Amino acid sequence: MATLIKATQVSKIYHKTVVPVHALNKVDLSIEEGEFTAIVGPSGCGKTTLLNILGGLDHPTSGKVEITGIDITNMKDSDLIDFRLQNIGFVFQAYNLIPVLTAVENVEFIMLLQRKDKKERIARAYELLEKMSMLDKADNRPGELSGGQQQRVAVARALASKPRFILADEPTANLDSASTANLLDLMAQINKEQKATFVFSTHDQRVMDKAKRLVTLLDGSIVSDITR
Amino acid sequence: MYLTLAWRNIWRNKRRSLITVFSITFAVLLACFMRSMQLGAYARMIDNSVRFYTGYIQIHKSGYWTDKVIDNSFNYDLTLQNKVKAIEGVILDVPRLESFTLTSFRNQIKGAFVMGVDPQRENELTNVKDKIVEGGYLNQDDDGIALAEGLAEYLKIKVGDTLTLLSQGYHGANAAGLFPVRCIIKFSLPQQNNSVIYMALPSAQWFYAAPDLITSVSLLIDTPDNTDRIVAELKSHVNLDELEVMGWHDLVPDLLQSIELDNISGKVMLWILYLVIGFGMFGTYLMMTAERQYEFGVMLAIGMRRMRLQALIVLEISIMTILGVAQGIALSLPLLTYFHYHPIVYGKEAAKAIESFGVEAIYPFSLDLVIFTNQAYAIFIMAIILSAYPVWSIYRMKVVESMRA
Repeated sequence: MATLIKATQVSKIYHKTVVPVHALNKVDLSIEEGEFTAIVGPSGCGKTTLLNILGGLDHPTSGKVEITGIDITNMKDSDLIDFRLQNIGFVFQAYNLIPVLTAVENVEFIMLLQRKDKKERIARAYELLEKMSMLDKADNRPGELSGGQQQRVAVARALASKPRFILADEPTANLDSASTANLLDLMAQINKEQKATFVFSTHDQRVMDKAKRLVTLLDGSIVSDITR
Repeated sequence: MYLTLAWRNIWRNKRRSLITVFSITFAVLLACFMRSMQLGAYARMIDNSVRFYTGYIQIHKSGYWTDKVIDNSFNYDLTLQNKVKAIEGVILDVPRLESFTLTSFRNQIKGAFVMGVDPQRENELTNVKDKIVEGGYLNQDDDGIALAEGLAEYLKIKVGDTLTLLSQGYHGANAAGLFPVRCIIKFSLPQQNNSVIYMALPSAQWFYAAPDLITSVSLLIDTPDNTDRIVAELKSHVNLDELEVMGWHDLVPDLLQSIELDNISGKVMLWILYLVIGFGMFGTYLMMTAERQYEFGVMLAIGMRRMRLQALIVLEISIMTILGVAQGIALSLPLLTYFHYHPIVYGKEAAKAIESFGVEAIYPFSLDLVIFTNQAYAIFIMAIILSAYPVWSIYRMKVVESMRA
C-alpha cells in the first residue's frame, strides 16, 4: 500500500527561549493507506503534539511531514487550512461540534466549506448519520445529545469531507464503556469497508485492543512500533 | 447556512446580545431626538429669517448691502422683471423699498423700519396677513400703514389712529407724512415686532420721494436647494456693475455662523454619546471573541478559512447593529413625527429669554431623512471599526493554542 503520511526526524520544542520542553524528539513515522493505527503512551509523552503536527495544526521545530508526498511543513497558513479541509478529518476528545447547529448541519457544514452543492451536502450528511445510527437525532443540537452520540456525529463530520485520513485525538476519553465500544466498532467497520485510514492518540486499552498497529511514544520518542 | 450560523450565534447569549442591541437602539433614538430637535430649530431660525423676511435671493443696487441707504435704490423695470420671472424655479418676485423713519404719536417717539411693499405679493412671501391681530390688511394702493404690535404698544397707538412719520427721502429730500393705522401685526421675532411698519409701495415711494424706485427684490423660489443655480443664472442676466444678486447664505451670514457654532457643540455631544455606546459594544465584541477562542480554533482546524471566520463574526456584529439601528429608527420615527407636528412650546419666562435672542420660542422637530441615515452610518462605521478587534484576533490566532484555551 502507498505511504500516506511520512514524518521524518520531527522534533518539537516548546518554550525554546525560556525553559525548553522537548515534546517530540526526532520522530520518524510512516503510515500507509487503510491503516488503523493507535499512537499510545502515558500523558505528556507527545501523542497530541505528534497528531497536531501530522494534521498540519502545528509546525515542527525541525523535521519534515509529508502527506501523500506533499511537504506540509512549510506550507502557508491559508494553504494548510485548505489542505486540511480536503485531506484530513478530525475527531477531538471534546467532540467539538458547533453548538448552534443541529447534528445534520454539523455534518453538512464541512461540505459547505468545501463548496459542495446543497443537495449533495444534505444527501451525504443523512447517509453518514444513518451509518452512525444517528438519523433519529439529525435535528438535535449537540447540547441535546449524549457524549457518545456527539462523538458519532463528530466521526460523521470527519468522514463527510471524504478525507484521505482521520486523526482522532483521544476520541473515547469522555465516553462510557458502551459508547466507546460502539464507536470503536463503527470506526473499525468504516476502516474495513471503506479502507479509511484512522490514526488515534489514546491511552485507552480498548482502543489499543482494536488497533492494527500500535506506535508507543515515551518522552517524545517512538519506543516501539508493532503491527498486528 | 452562514446567515443561520451567525443568527444562532447571536442568540447563544441572549441577555448580552439584547443589551448590545438595546444600547444601539438607545443611542440611535437619543441621537435622532437630539439632531431632529437641533436641525428643526435651525430650519425654523432660517425660515424665520429667510422665508419670512429676506427671501432666498435678493437683488439690490450694487453696494446696497454694505450701505443700506435709500439713495442706493434702483428701478425695477419691466425688462428686468421679465428676466427674473423667466428663470426656472422663481415663483414670486417681491419688490420692497426699505428705509428708516422717526415715528411720533402724541408724546411718544420711536425710530422704526419702513417696508414699502406690494401688499399682495408680500403676503404671498411672508404670510403677513396671518399675523394680523387687529384691523384689516393693506390694499394695493393703500395710503395707510400696518404697524408691528410691539411698536404700536410702545407708541400707544390703535387701529384708526394716525401716525406721523419723519425721515430723509431719496437724494436728501424731506420725507414727512401722516399715515392712518390700518392694522396691527404680531411678528414672532422681537426685533421685527418692535420696529416694522408696512406701507403700500406707491405710498412709500411718495413718502421717500423715490418714484418707481425700490431698494430690493426678494425672490421666492421652488426649493432652497436651487438657490445657487438661480443666483448664478440671475448674475448672468443682469449688469453686475449696477446690480448685486445675493443668495440667502450671504443674506444671513451671522445666523449661519451661530448655527454652525451651535451645530458643532451638538455634534460633540453626539460623539460623546457614540463613544459611551461604543465602549459597551466593544465590551460585547471582546467577550464574544474571548469566550469562543476554542470554538474558533476548532473551526480553523477542520478547514474554515480565517477570512470566512472573520466574515462570520462581522456578519454577527452587522446583524446586531442592523437590529439596533432599525429598532432605534422605528422608535424615533413616530416620536419625532409627533414633535414635528406638535412642537415643544416654551413657558412664558423661558420664551421671553429665547425671544430676546431674536428666536421664536418653539422647538419644531425636523424629519429630514439625513437625521436617520447619519445615525445609521455613524453606528455602522463604529461597529465596523470595533469589529477590527475580533477580526485581528482571528488573524493572529494559533489553532493549537486556541484549542488549549
